[in-house]
Amino acid sequence: MDLTTFWFGAIAFLFVGYFVLEGFDFGVGVLMRTFGRDDAERRLLLGTIGPVWDGNEVWLITGTGAMFAAFPHWYASVFSGFYLPMLLILLALIVRGVAIEFRGKRPDHAWRARWDLAILVGSLLPALLWGLVFANIVRGVPLAADHDYAGGLTDLLNPFALLGAVTFGAVFVLHGAVFVALKTTGEVRDRANLLASRFGPVAVALLLGFLAWMLVGVRRDPVAVGLGIAAAVAAVAALAANRRRREGWAFAGTAAAIGLTVVALFTALYPAVLPSTADPAGTLTVANAAASPYPLKVMTLVAGVFLPLVLLYQGWTYWVFRRRLAP
Amino acid sequence: MDALDVARWQFGVTTVYHFLFVPLTIGLGPLVATFQTLWHRTGNPRYLRLTHFYGKLFLINFAMGVVTGIVQEFQFGMNWSDYSRYVGDVFGAPLAMEALLAFFLESTFLGLWIFGWQKLPKRIHLATIWTAALGSILSMFFILAANSWMQNPVGYRMNPDTGRPELTDIWAVLTNKVALITFPHTLAAAFMVAGALLVAVSIWHVTRRPGTDTAEHRFALRFGAWVTLVATAAIVFTGDIQGKIMTEVQPMKMAAAEALYRTEAPASFSAFTIGTLDGSREVFAIKLPYLLSFLATGNPTASVQGIDDLQARYAAEYGPGSYAPIVPVTYWSFRVMVGLGLAAGAIALLVLWSQRRGRTPKSRWLVRAGLVLPLLPLGASTAGWIFTEMGRQPWIVFGELLTRNGVSRSVSLAEVLTSFLAFTLIYALLAVIEGRLLFRYARAGLPPAEPEPDEPSGDEDVPALAGAY
Repeated sequence: MDLTTFWFGAIAFLFVGYFVLEGFDFGVGVLMRTFGRDDAERRLLLGTIGPVWDGNEVWLITGTGAMFAAFPHWYASVFSGFYLPMLLILLALIVRGVAIEFRGKRPDHAWRARWDLAILVGSLLPALLWGLVFANIVRGVPLAADHDYAGGLTDLLNPFALLGAVTFGAVFVLHGAVFVALKTTGEVRDRANLLASRFGPVAVALLLGFLAWMLVGVRRDPVAVGLGIAAAVAAVAALAANRRRREGWAFAGTAAAIGLTVVALFTALYPAVLPSTADPAGTLTVANAAASPYPLKVMTLVAGVFLPLVLLYQGWTYWVFRRRLAP
Repeated sequence: MDALDVARWQFGVTTVYHFLFVPLTIGLGPLVATFQTLWHRTGNPRYLRLTHFYGKLFLINFAMGVVTGIVQEFQFGMNWSDYSRYVGDVFGAPLAMEALLAFFLESTFLGLWIFGWQKLPKRIHLATIWTAALGSILSMFFILAANSWMQNPVGYRMNPDTGRPELTDIWAVLTNKVALITFPHTLAAAFMVAGALLVAVSIWHVTRRPGTDTAEHRFALRFGAWVTLVATAAIVFTGDIQGKIMTEVQPMKMAAAEALYRTEAPASFSAFTIGTLDGSREVFAIKLPYLLSFLATGNPTASVQGIDDLQARYAAEYGPGSYAPIVPVTYWSFRVMVGLGLAAGAIALLVLWSQRRGRTPKSRWLVRAGLVLPLLPLGASTAGWIFTEMGRQPWIVFGELLTRNGVSRSVSLAEVLTSFLAFTLIYALLAVIEGRLLFRYARAGLPPAEPEPDEPSGDEDVPALAGAY
């Protein structure tokens, strides 16, 4: 396997990490305001993601950094092309990060109510927009021969991408509800479980629709189809486990469904990284988007040493905070 | 005004804003860790209370540094996509390393520190704050290595087919002499900001709330003043070396720092000048003879190249065009940086003197100076960044790529303007909120002494991480 393909895989891995991990803390962020009935419950919900959400977000920063280093043209075209979605994601992540840290810093009700709203919007908006962005990446966007984006905002708002947005949002909310059931006790746990049972079928139906459209209507790739089927099975299994109140298995199921969906998306995309729907010469592939072999080698070495280390100490963090939180 | 101008303004505003929080995060982390270490060593609850108190201020500030940092990483691709395509081969690697080696460390271990008080053994818990602090210092190194490559590109070759630089030696990029000297200089600035914060907060408590935790605040006051003072010395020392390296690799920047149009030997340094707006003719100036020659080369009589001669040389080398930065900006930002930095060191010295042998600072002016002290190093580091970035213009990568050729061509003026306004508004709003919150916590004073945190307990559910959120 050459290094460009390896790095395509590495970036897929980083985004799998990002969506599986930040997926549940987005979900908890969306649920916090309505699911948490009073301040104590909202603090409890926030406490479930408190020690980890910031570390989860670094997966995005690393994924983006790796994209910049390994595929500069991919990074340049995606970030300048998806200008307004990226701007909104940034604004949302700013507001969200500040809100999570600041909400508990003052006791008054109005202060907390405002930040709760900020957490809701700051979690929902990026969830939807990442769906929009990644659906458009796999579908392709109008690119000029020099790989610059040649479309407008309306080109990004096609039905497939909108389905992607709603699917990401719904699946992350389900993932978050399952996570809350896994991390709490008593009444909150019961309600989270019930919410996952009621809302789960909707989210899973959306996911199945999105996978089917992507793998039949957008790109046909036998391996990706296999992965998509596996993602669908994991999602359905998660619902079944949730009904039996096997919360660990349910969470493993939603995590696997998200991870496999992202892998299926990247597999369907390969060897392109950003297909052009306008000038075919504009299509970016792992070959023409990549950095030269030397920096890829350097990065492979660095990632080979430090990524396992990151997995180790982030895994340790989850172990330290493994216990359920009681109200 | 076109998209290029707005993109430049946006980069300036978002970067300066980001760097108001970064030095405090980087400097305050190790200071909080020091308080906790003192508590760990002595068992004296005074240090634990200081740890909690400054830890809270640290966290309020940390959040802002993180969220404004993501903007920086996205911005290269959004507004500067041609730059990203051009330099990605070289510039991307340190950025990716920063995320992988530093940001993961910083954020993961900070999460462990905030929520781990009751859950981790004391020694391990202490190690988490040091590890997080190490992560933030590492991140500073990598980003400065990336920036130094833009000032002094090394470790690459030009690919004749693509016309773009390709990385050939990562070690050369990471040991770029500009990076090696900029790193300690910037690190010292971070400690100066953090030390100054300790001075401001504790001098307020010592003088306005006498009798409340005075011993604790006096300790923090002395500690903060010492940190500021030592950092000032380190800044002067590293800044001096930095100036000489700058003269060597970017002589135009040094000439623009003095608005020196004609090559002079020996060259004097003006502390203050009133001149024409473009700085080409002076009306009144206070001049210190030989100083510029000494700052630039270490030799008080050596020749320092002027802007006009360098302009002629660059025009011959790179083709017609202007290769000088906006001279009044470089001239004054350089003086603001040096002036505010030295003033901060002087105030720290006076504060230390004012409390010799258990005395309390009495002079109203000194107390006022102590209260605004953090603004001085913050202003100095802002001016320093404006100087070093504006002084590189018109280049985005010195000698290789002009700033105007790095901007995203597919992004419209309306789009950049939208994002510039959105960031400016939201940043202004957050600055007010964060400032108020910092004041509120700084005034509230030390938290009550808690009973010692227990060692980790058994397997039962724990109450929802009290106090963290």
